[in-house]
Formats: sequence, structure tokens, C-alpha cells
Amino acid sequence: MSSPDTTVDARPARRLTIARAIAEAIGQEMERDPDVLVMGEDIAKLGGVFGTTTGLLDRFGPERVRDTPISETAFIGAAVGLAASGMRPVVELMFVDFFGVCMDAIYNLAAKQSYFSGGQVTCPMVLMTSVGGGYGDAGQHSQTLYATFGHLPGLKVVIPSNAHDAKGLMLAAIRDPNPVVFMYHKALQGMGWLGTVQRSITDAPEGDYVVPLGKAKCVREGEDITLVGLGLTVHQSLDAAAQLAEDGISAEVIDLISIAPLDRETVRASVRKTGRLIVVDDDYLSYGVGAEIIASVCEAGIALRAPPQRIAFPDIPVPFTPVMEHFLLPSADKVTIAARQMMEVSSR
Amino acid sequence: MSSASNASDRLWMYATMVKSRYFEALIKPAYFEGKSPVFNMAKGPLPGEMHLSDGQEPCAVGVCAHLRPGDTVTATHRPHHVAIAKGVDLDAMAAEIFGKASGLSGGRGGHMHLFDARVNFACSGIIAQGLGPAVGAALASKLRGDDGVAVAFLGEGAANQGAFHEALNLASVWKVPAVFVIEDNAYGISVAKRDCTAVERNADRAAAYAMPGHFVPGNDADAVHAVAGEAIARARRGEGPTLIEIETCRLEGHFMGDAEGYRPEGEVERLKARDPIPAYRARLLADGFEAADLDRAEADARAAVDAAFAAARAAAYPKPEEAFAHVFA
Ligand SMILES: Cc1ncc(C[n+]2csc(CCOP(=O)(O)OP(=O)(O)O)c2C)c(N)n1
Ligand SMILES: [Mg+2]
Repeated sequence: MSSPDTTVDARPARRLTIARAIAEAIGQEMERDPDVLVMGEDIAKLGGVFGTTTGLLDRFGPERVRDTPISETAFIGAAVGLAASGMRPVVELMFVDFFGVCMDAIYNLAAKQSYFSGGQVTCPMVLMTSVGGGYGDAGQHSQTLYATFGHLPGLKVVIPSNAHDAKGLMLAAIRDPNPVVFMYHKALQGMGWLGTVQRSITDAPEGDYVVPLGKAKCVREGEDITLVGLGLTVHQSLDAAAQLAEDGISAEVIDLISIAPLDRETVRASVRKTGRLIVVDDDYLSYGVGAEIIASVCEAGIALRAPPQRIAFPDIPVPFTPVMEHFLLPSADKVTIAARQMMEVSSR
Repeated sequence: MSSASNASDRLWMYATMVKSRYFEALIKPAYFEGKSPVFNMAKGPLPGEMHLSDGQEPCAVGVCAHLRPGDTVTATHRPHHVAIAKGVDLDAMAAEIFGKASGLSGGRGGHMHLFDARVNFACSGIIAQGLGPAVGAALASKLRGDDGVAVAFLGEGAANQGAFHEALNLASVWKVPAVFVIEDNAYGISVAKRDCTAVERNADRAAAYAMPGHFVPGNDADAVHAVAGEAIARARRGEGPTLIEIETCRLEGHFMGDAEGYRPEGEVERLKARDPIPAYRARLLADGFEAADLDRAEADARAAVDAAFAAARAAAYPKPEEAFAHVFA
């Protein structure tokens, strides 16, 4: 799943969770660059509710690893000021659902610094947050909101599906001169208290490397149908591809990794080959990632052998009760069924 | 302080604290069902986060003793004690937490989104979100000319949220019958209040919004009752909002499964030794209440909770397709 490791030495493979990969990347960059600092709720003593800053307080001290009050408008605004002053803040707000309280600082401030100043002022900051449901935490703790952030000019938005990419993306995000919204999916995070898709726990080089922002990756090659996912839905797509292979259907899986910028070309290249497309997304259906991907393919005039499809969360708040939530969430089985149907329709 | 509250309120406060504590006591084993040997928040009959209110019961009962069904209460992610004290339907509340069709919102909301319109109760998982709605409910009472009040509960951590300051200013400018109640349990998740709050006493912040601010020490139901009684009466008289800060404690983790490594050694033991419920029972006995009356009130409270849990467990889950109902009115 991860990119081929280019180092030649016989380094023993590590098994890194996304949480540890993020913390490792931030720590390494703090060592390399004294302008990097971390702040957010519960990120110092606790090491982040999702483990993204574990160990950093002990290594770098409270000046550079700051627990904040529950004052998001203030500390995210402060991060923009720090960035404008030449620092490189990494800010956490633990759930994407909470961004409502401080959205102005994100989309009207951070995202527009460069443009409004005609390039005089930059905003090199990382805003990291958890996304996703599936564990019964109800509608203010289970959203992904990819499209909400992908829609806003001036923000880069990434979401790793595995630890290797998480580390490389975080290093790239901290070094980027723009605000980067770094989303990590709770079902992939590797927390002791929440189940984790094992495939997200990967090896990763101990040293420095970047996974470029804005580049998608083909993570399984196939001939018959293209499955596009991001974060958790990459794994659902891979599981579906394995099931489909048993039926003799060869599915290609694209991991978007980034939705802004969106690597339309990688998706188009795949669909040119397969002629069939399903986008799997755990964000709300309408105006979402799926719509954007399908539009990108259609706009390129690519001939399709079947109508393209979106599998996403319906346009309703995320309900608490598991019988409803799991009914609504995308799953590998839903992808498999949709792909089989698409194959039948188009071979007729 | 004992003379501040009348006997029937005091008995009710005791029984209601017991009811709330027993509710949480039944939540605990149910929450861990299906989550062992490997703890996984997604599993069992009570998935998701679970924020217990053990230790904070005096705040809820001391305030809600003065409220009527028509008064509004907004609460937080830690809502059970306040919901129970406000008179939220216990059976429907338990069923909601178990995600059942007979729950308050048919399983859509869960433990952080309990709504009971019958008694004007609502809560939310977003910090300080309930303050604006409380100001609005209070304004509605003022405009209608009834003597209803609205009470917003919040944690001490929420007093650093912009919405807190905006809502207090607005309530004061509009002179609405609102009461803001800070439950100071000393922590917002792992962050100690002293490490993130500029003032020693949040009650002092009332001065910035030209309203009375009261600090109630001791996690004591009678003391809360006295201060809240005056604030609510003042609001009903049309004299405007009040801020109340209550010293309380959280006897459990922030949520169930919290390792609580941020607490100083021995803190929980020290807090448990000052558990407000047994202390209140001892005070009532010293003030001449009969042990038999307290026992009976306790037994009734427990029986109501037992019945609510039994019914909730036996109740049916909703049909998955019901998820599509109520997105719009
Ligand atoms: C806007 C927002 N920011 C952050 C959070 C995450 N969060 C949930 S509870 C909590 C701590 C709240 O502390 P406090 O207000 O003191 O309430 P307590 O948990 O102590 O009852 C935080 C930061 C949130 N739910 N909403
Ligand atoms: Mg608190």
C-alpha cells in the first residue's frame, strides 16, 4: 500500500500507526526547524486525544507545545498571526465537527492571507483534525466534511490512508507555505480505544521524506473498473477489489490522498483505461468529492461504459444508533455490489 | 445553610442526586459490555463517547429544584444529572442512550443529544453551544410576558469559549431572564483550569457583562439551592441575568475509558472521600430527617432507574430506514 521504500539498507520494518507517524513527523520537523510549534486542546500533557502529539511536550517543552483554552477562534487566529510572523504553527482541533465555532479564522482569514496581500503575507500552518464515524459518536462527532474544506480556495486539504503517507504528508504540510488542513480518519488512527483498519498500520522510513501534497496514488492496478477513495474508503475499496477479484473482476483503486489540490489526471488516466468509475466517500453525498471526481472525468470527455456512481453518506446528519449509522455508511460490501452491478449493466 | 432550603426540596434534591448517581452506576457496566477483553469504543450496547456526571449532582439539583417544566434548560456533553433533575422522561432518556426506537429522539441523538421538548431540555456536544439558545428562550419568555426563565449549564472550560462571552453580553444588553451556571470541575478533558483560564474565579467575569456573579464553594446542594433560588427569582422578576460558578468535581474520567494520567496522584481518592451525596445524607440526618424517609426516597429513585434500564434494554431498535425521517420538519 505504501510507496516503495527507496532506502536500500536492510532496515527492519516498523509497524507504525497513523497517530505515531504524525507525532514522529512533527517531532522531526521541530528538531530541524526551530520555528515549528504545536498548539491545541489536550495536545501537551495528554499528547492529543488521537495521539498525534505524543511525547512532544517532554521533548520540546511548554513553549513550543502548548495546550490551549477552549478558544478556537483565538488560537486558530493566533496561528495565522504566528505564520505571518515567520513561525510554522501546527494546530490541532480534535474533531472536524468543531470547526464551526472558528470557521471564520479558517476560511476568511487563513485561506485568504496570501491572496488578499498579493503574495506579501504567507500562511504556513497546518490545521490537523480527526474525521469520520462508525463508532456511535453521533452527529457532532462523526462527520468528515471533506468537501466543505475542499470547496474553499486557499486551503490545501489532505487525508492519509496509512502511516507511511501520514508521515510524509505531515512533513510536506509543515514545509508548505500555505494553510494545510490535515485530516486523519478515526478508523485508521491506531488508538488503543478504537478499532483500526490494520492495513493503515505500515512501515515508514525513520528519516526525512515527503509525500507530495496534491498527488493521488494508484494503490491497486486493475483493468475493468476504477474505485476512487480517500482515507477509510481507500481500504473499503481495496477490500471490495479483493472480493471482486474472486468474481474475475479486476478493479483499480485510486487513493486520492489530497482533495485540494485534486489530482484529476491520475483519476482520468485510470478511467480512460477501465471506462467504469465508482467514487467511495464517507462525506455527505451532495456537492461532494464524488461529484467533483465524476465531473472531472466527464469534462475530459472520457468515454464511459456505464454511468459513473457515487457511494457516500446520504444527505442527513449522522445518527447515533448503530443500526442507522451502519446502514448509511459506505462499506466494502456496498462497493462490491455496486461494482458487480455496473459490470453487468455495461457488459450487456 | 440548611434553613435556606425547605424540607421537601431537600428530600427531592437528595433523591434526585441518588437517582442520577444510580443512573450512571448502571451505565458503567453496560458501557463495558462488548468492549472487553479489548476496549473498543465502537462496540457494545452503548457505543461512542460516554461522559459521566458523578460528583456534579449538586449543581443540577440545586438549580433545577427551582425550575418548572416550562422553563428552559440547555446542557452539555455531560448531561445526565441535569436532564434527570430537569425531569426529562427517564425511560425515554435511557432508551435514547441505548439507541432504541422508544428513545427521546428514536435513537438519532444518543447521550450527547438528549432533547425532551415536554420539559424544554436540550443538550449538545459542542462546547458552549447551549448559551445562545438559552438567551433566545429567555427572550421569548420576556416577549411573551410569562415568567419563564432559561438556564444554560456549562463547564468551566466552556467559559473560555467566545460564545460564552457573547451570550452573557447579549443576555445583559437585552436584560433577559437567563441564568448561566458554570460547573467548575477543574478540568476540560486533560487541561486544568488554572493552566488555561486568566481569572481565578469565573464568577468575576460577570462584572464584564454588568450582571451579578456568584461563586458557590463546597459542591453543596443546599448552597447551590440558595444562590440559584435568588438568581432564578430575580430573573422571573424581570431583573435580568445572573452568572453562577459552582465548585464541583468530576469523580470519573472525562469520558469512560479515560486513563486520567493528567490527574495528580491520589486526587480521585481525595475527591471520592468528599463525595457530595453521602455528605448530604449525613447532613440531612443531622438536621432531623428520618433515615427511613431517606431510604424510601433512595429506593424509589433506584427503582425508577432500574425500570428505565430494563425497558430500554428490552426495547426494539429502530428500523434503519427511519434514519431518513426528521431531517426536515
Ligand atoms: C467547540 C468545541 N471544542 C472542543 C471540543 C472538545 N471537548 C469536548 S469536552 C471538552 C472539555 C470541556 O470542558 P468543560 O467545559 O470544563 O466541561 P467538562 O467536560 O469538564 O464537563 C472539550 C475540549 C468540543 N466538544 N467543542
Ligand atoms: Mg470542566
